[in-house]
Amino acid sequence: MKNFLGIFTLTALLLGFQLNSYAAEKVEYLKTDWSFKGLFGKFDRAALQRGYQVYTEVCSSCHSMKYLSYRNLAEKGGPEFSEAQAKAIAASFEVKDGPNADGDMFTRPGKLSDKFVMPYENVKAAQAANGGAYPPDMSVLVKARGGGVDYIYSLLQGYEDPPAGVKLDEGVYYNKYMYGNKIKMSNQLSDGLVEYGDGTNATVEQMSKDVTTFLMWAAEPHLESRHRMGFKAIVYLIILTILVYFSMKRIWSRIETKV
Amino acid sequence: MSEKKTDRRDFLFTATYAVGAVGVAATIWPMIDQMNPDASVKALASTEVDVSSVNPGKTITVLWRGKPVFIRRRTQDEIAEAKSVSLQDLKHPEKDEDRAKNPEWLVMLGVCTHLGCVPLDQKGDYNGWFCPCHGSHYDISGRIRKGPAPTNMEIPKYEFVNANTIKIG
Amino acid sequence: MSDHQYTPKSKFGKWFNDRLPLLTLANHLTDYPTPKNLNYWWTFGGILTFCLITQIVTGLVLAMHYIAHADMAFDSVEHIMRDVNYGWLIRYIHANGASMFFLAVYIHIFRSLFYGSYKAPREIIWIIGIIIYLLMMAAAFMGYVLPWGQMSFWGATVITNLFSAIPLVGEGIVTWLWGGYSVDNPTLTRFFTLHYLIPFLILGLVVLHIWALHVPGNNNPVGIDIQKPSKDTVPFHPYIVIKDGFALLMFIIVFAFFVFYTPNILGHADNYIEANPLVTPAHIVPEWYLLPFYAILRSVPDKLLGVIAMLSAIFILAALPWLDTSKIRSAVFRPLYRQFYWILVADVLILGYVGAMPAEGLYLLIARVATAYYFLHFLVVLPILGFKEKTLPIPLSITEPILGGSPNLAAAKNKESLDIK
Repeated sequence: MKNFLGIFTLTALLLGFQLNSYAAEKVEYLKTDWSFKGLFGKFDRAALQRGYQVYTEVCSSCHSMKYLSYRNLAEKGGPEFSEAQAKAIAASFEVKDGPNADGDMFTRPGKLSDKFVMPYENVKAAQAANGGAYPPDMSVLVKARGGGVDYIYSLLQGYEDPPAGVKLDEGVYYNKYMYGNKIKMSNQLSDGLVEYGDGTNATVEQMSKDVTTFLMWAAEPHLESRHRMGFKAIVYLIILTILVYFSMKRIWSRIETKV
Repeated sequence: MSEKKTDRRDFLFTATYAVGAVGVAATIWPMIDQMNPDASVKALASTEVDVSSVNPGKTITVLWRGKPVFIRRRTQDEIAEAKSVSLQDLKHPEKDEDRAKNPEWLVMLGVCTHLGCVPLDQKGDYNGWFCPCHGSHYDISGRIRKGPAPTNMEIPKYEFVNANTIKIG
Repeated sequence: MSDHQYTPKSKFGKWFNDRLPLLTLANHLTDYPTPKNLNYWWTFGGILTFCLITQIVTGLVLAMHYIAHADMAFDSVEHIMRDVNYGWLIRYIHANGASMFFLAVYIHIFRSLFYGSYKAPREIIWIIGIIIYLLMMAAAFMGYVLPWGQMSFWGATVITNLFSAIPLVGEGIVTWLWGGYSVDNPTLTRFFTLHYLIPFLILGLVVLHIWALHVPGNNNPVGIDIQKPSKDTVPFHPYIVIKDGFALLMFIIVFAFFVFYTPNILGHADNYIEANPLVTPAHIVPEWYLLPFYAILRSVPDKLLGVIAMLSAIFILAALPWLDTSKIRSAVFRPLYRQFYWILVADVLILGYVGAMPAEGLYLLIARVATAYYFLHFLVVLPILGFKEKTLPIPLSITEPILGGSPNLAAAKNKESLDIK
């Protein structure tokens, strides 16, 4: 039994370790304390709301978030804007709809059920407007990058002058956290770029953290219920396992063989 | 002494079974609930219809939650006829005033209450709707008058946003 | 299959059982005499059954929401993750379930290797098991294609291109597999169809696997033939059922930890980028459970030979009952084999590790040595070992090494009746 448990745990650990070791590039990312990490991790509502502001005012002119709807902004476990606020946010966007009875497309104010309005009609248009580089959709961006939130957080703050000997083409920038160090997005953040409604000082670091938190939620909107349910499930499983263990001992005691 | 021992054993096994059963039930629920309408479906609750081009005596059909909604602009004769029916003659007694707040406009789910077919406009014995599937006749207020359908056609939640626009849902 | 005649007690039961002997089958399964010294490594058979059922049930649910179309597959997966009630939970169980399934199957296979469970008279059980394993790999590979992310697309491209190594007809076969000139919508829809089919084939083979097991009965840690039923055996129910249940719960705890706390660690980030036929990801890496074979494939510099080596690495297992010439089953009584066994375990782990690393420099060298040793183990070491090895004396019965006395079955019966009361 002990032998078994030991080897089993070792295998599981080895597995996890091995996967970790090749999951990410070996770069030291900037660290910060994420409220959503850990067994009981939850999102910081205020950070999510600020992050949404940064996304709308800065990122959304190039990056789409096609899997999000305005209703998500009011849903539990997210930024939790009030329904009225979310409706107002939706209505501030012009949404293309149609065709109407005459067969024409028309625009109308957005509704909660609408998806986030995209900055470009399609990928080609996005590429054409950005010197050939497609600004990736940000709905699941955090999960689509090896370093996850730490990578995005670092990247936003990783702009530097290129070291001597590195030549950059027109429209290419140097970022020490980018894969290959060359990035087609220029540095977007500067201190005081947005004005936070809650009075938080909009430093580059603060904005990076807020928008990354927002992106984490966008990629994993059910993270909070996942953590909650996971804790309950594991506590339950441990209780049942203990009960089954003693039942097993009792049953096997009938034939006096060690289990 | 041995009796006491038995009790404790029973308790252990019963507790194990009971706790196990709770877990099985809790595991099955997500598998069932996933078939309920999802969040995106629930969000598509309302639709707005421009009715400015509908003339008296005409019906338009619009789609709401995947079902047809009949919007009929009734003539004065039709309104009079709908109001004149005595409640005693009805299988499912409802006043026309309760079905059409603005008597000129009848907004109703175009689904036969028998088995869900779409009734035909201006057909049947009561100048209203007639369901071709199993022969249910509805009057000009959408009330069941003859045939197998048990109730009147359903009135959805709707409101006039302005004189020309109806918001359903 | 029936060791003894069973007659249902109720009249209806008898009537029914005469027409369809389900009750006889149920009785056989509950009374099935099992060696009482089975250790926890034997619980993985039950755990695997659980894995298969979990994958089938969650898979059916996902199929209700998934759309097998190149333009909509990725979107429909996101729809499942965001909007479908508990969709995220069901998908994470299915995705991590594949990994847990392979974790369990590898333990199951290596248990068999250690205790010689593949030897006569259990060769057919073993070969059916290898077929199940092959089908699992096919199902896992095709399932990984369905979300239509970058790894899905490029994984499908790379693996299907393996067939192009076949002389003359290779290119034709690949085009046929794709249903076009590249991996595209026709490929996706047929992969979905097959991904849906294979688990039911596996289910059928599992029935055969268990049927074939119930003819000779379980092997056991001592590896000797035992009388059934006898003082060396216990009825499957409740003894083995409760023990399997206990082990299964511990397994589920590990499983739950992955699902709820690190649901994406076993996957690859690139698969959250929608498939793009114009850009290949920097490192194409298969899922961890295929890495050892991937390493073997890459360690051979020739395209055709690489494919052959990879396939041989699996098919050589089917010949194992005849490659291992030793009369003794359990490694407990084979001191030399035991050492080679652990070297093989390490070898496979190393292959898995280098499979995840770039195929260059030192990694490539290690992969080549490890590949060579893998084949050496089966083709040279095992056949010779059977003749040369000096084995330890084996006991005559299970009870001898375990208890030093015979268990009192009458007393057990007595206690059982107390428990039931």
